[in-house]
Amino acid sequence: MPVEKFIRLVSGCVPLPEENVDTDQIIPARFLKATTRDGFGENLFYDWRYLNGGTANPDFVLNNPAYSGAVLVAGKNFGSGSSREHAAWAIYDYGFRVVISGSFADIFKNNALNVGLLPVQADESFVEALFAQLEIQPATQIAVDLESQHVSILPGGPVSHFEIDAYKKNCLLRGFDDVDYLLSRQTDIEAFEHGRNVYYE
Amino acid sequence: MAGKTIIDKIWDAHLVSGANGDPDILYIDRHFIHEVTSPQAFAGIKKRGCRVFRPGMTIATADHNVPTENQHLAIADDLSRMQVDALTQNCNEYGITLYGLNHPCNGIVHVIGPELGLTLPGMTIVCGDSHTATHGAFGAIAFGIGTSEVEMILASQCLIQSKPKRMRINILGTLQEGVDAKDIILYVISKISTSGAVGFFVEYAGPVITGTSMEERMTICNMSIEMGARGGLIAPDDVCFSYLKEKRHAPKGEEWERALAYWETLPSDEDAVFDKELVIEADHIEPMVTYGTNPGMGLGITGSIPVPGEVEDQSRASFEKSLQYMGFSPGERMLGKPVDYVFMGSCTNGRIEDLRSFASIVRGRKKADHVTAWIVPGSKQVEKEAEEEGLRAILEKAGFEMRQPGCSACLAMNDDKIPPGKYAVSTSNRNFEGRQGPGARTILASPMTAAAAAITGKISDPREFF
Repeated sequence: MPVEKFIRLVSGCVPLPEENVDTDQIIPARFLKATTRDGFGENLFYDWRYLNGGTANPDFVLNNPAYSGAVLVAGKNFGSGSSREHAAWAIYDYGFRVVISGSFADIFKNNALNVGLLPVQADESFVEALFAQLEIQPATQIAVDLESQHVSILPGGPVSHFEIDAYKKNCLLRGFDDVDYLLSRQTDIEAFEHGRNVYYE
Repeated sequence: MAGKTIIDKIWDAHLVSGANGDPDILYIDRHFIHEVTSPQAFAGIKKRGCRVFRPGMTIATADHNVPTENQHLAIADDLSRMQVDALTQNCNEYGITLYGLNHPCNGIVHVIGPELGLTLPGMTIVCGDSHTATHGAFGAIAFGIGTSEVEMILASQCLIQSKPKRMRINILGTLQEGVDAKDIILYVISKISTSGAVGFFVEYAGPVITGTSMEERMTICNMSIEMGARGGLIAPDDVCFSYLKEKRHAPKGEEWERALAYWETLPSDEDAVFDKELVIEADHIEPMVTYGTNPGMGLGITGSIPVPGEVEDQSRASFEKSLQYMGFSPGERMLGKPVDYVFMGSCTNGRIEDLRSFASIVRGRKKADHVTAWIVPGSKQVEKEAEEEGLRAILEKAGFEMRQPGCSACLAMNDDKIPPGKYAVSTSNRNFEGRQGPGARTILASPMTAAAAAITGKISDPREFF
């Protein structure tokens, strides 16, 4: 589906200093039975967020009123495991627009970009500094600038550059998606098919 | 100029040319879909008013969210039934072949593709499932995708992808008896960690690999994603070609000869350069078990759980949280730990050779009374073969029952859930928190190790059963 444009965001952060957060934690498989994309945010991090019986777990950061904002900050190798795009939908549907981590699993990164959720792979030292600051000052704001590919702790704190594929960057800045692009390239795709020597049905 | 890797050869042969500065468009030869990750993709193309561009290149099965008992009855859970029905409706509407529930070709997507000859060397293969790397066993570029990408394939048969880096893992030496393909891949992941291959496509090579069967190769490639790799593959050889010959959808006659001539050009050139090369000595590999909550947290079955500080690629906090979830302590031995459940199945180990391997241990013995065991064949065909070979009879005599095909307790979307706090030895691929049910504690292992656990009711060394 066409994605929402992303240019620059200034926001508070929600820290989740866990490593290897897998997509089964982000959205457990039993919540994947829907046939639409809506409402997954309700079950985001369900098994960490709720205790047995469905009461909110006071120790989990999403239930801590001190932290809010559209940026989730997580430990390295975020989004490993299953390819379920539902994980990116759940994070987006909850209200996040950016995930900052030292590194991301490949499939999650693609899925996030395809739904308009910006994965910011920042220097590990920056992520550490951000976690440290959020612990002391939960209301800390950060700025994420896609055009210049910088994320910074406000005001005047540490800055980190982040890499993003030039094509995907352009898609996010302009709100385009890959299907539109691929449909526009149909003639080239058909030409490729005609030029092939195919041995299967 | 250096030669090309098999990864480059297949990748480059599927690039749709475009103008300078355009992103890479990768043409996809085979697209598998299932009920869980496809409905929103169909809704997407419907909303755009576009058709399915090449319906003949997509094949569907129902596997992730199906019951493994009473499949002849309507699915009791409303949401699950609606999801499976949506797949049927979408396939009918767009002219896509569906091997649905009760079809003789039904089964787990990564089991049926190879057994039907739909998976062939040199192909690009995708599916909205991260274990799509399984198909790499045939020398194909195969990887998992998200639902937006499923929509791209439906609309255009192509994906926009950046080219992965290339890694080769050479497995040298000789495997000990009682050690199998699952142990190899669990060992590799324990060495390079759950994120050690992020950004890479992996070729598995070396004498141990060339000596494996196709089903063993599928087990190895299947778990490539568990070390973060986008996919893993093995160069096609005579083992591969003889597996494929006569498979239902494999090329026949003159087409076969033509295909074979092409497939023989696929292996990496001798002077090909990889971005990273690793060597693994197979002689050191024991039957493996995991002790934590990611597949990189594995050790030889006679070993002890590490103490904090011994684990390099994981922070102390995350290591301790893992052990706490599992109810284990640093320094403890895994052997002898009690087991409540055994799950034998999944796209990793749900094939006929896996069932044979499991049966070879339980034959003439009895399942421990307190162990609940779920034996789930990977497909209708595996189920039929198990029946015909007498494996079902061996299993039943030992106190086991065989269920019907599906992904089952691997991801526990259906009713096959391990209860909170219980220990399950599983032949599946992920030991994440809650993966097999909220609070479930998973220990990943090979079919032989799972069988040994089912017999003794505790973690046991399968080598003692020969």
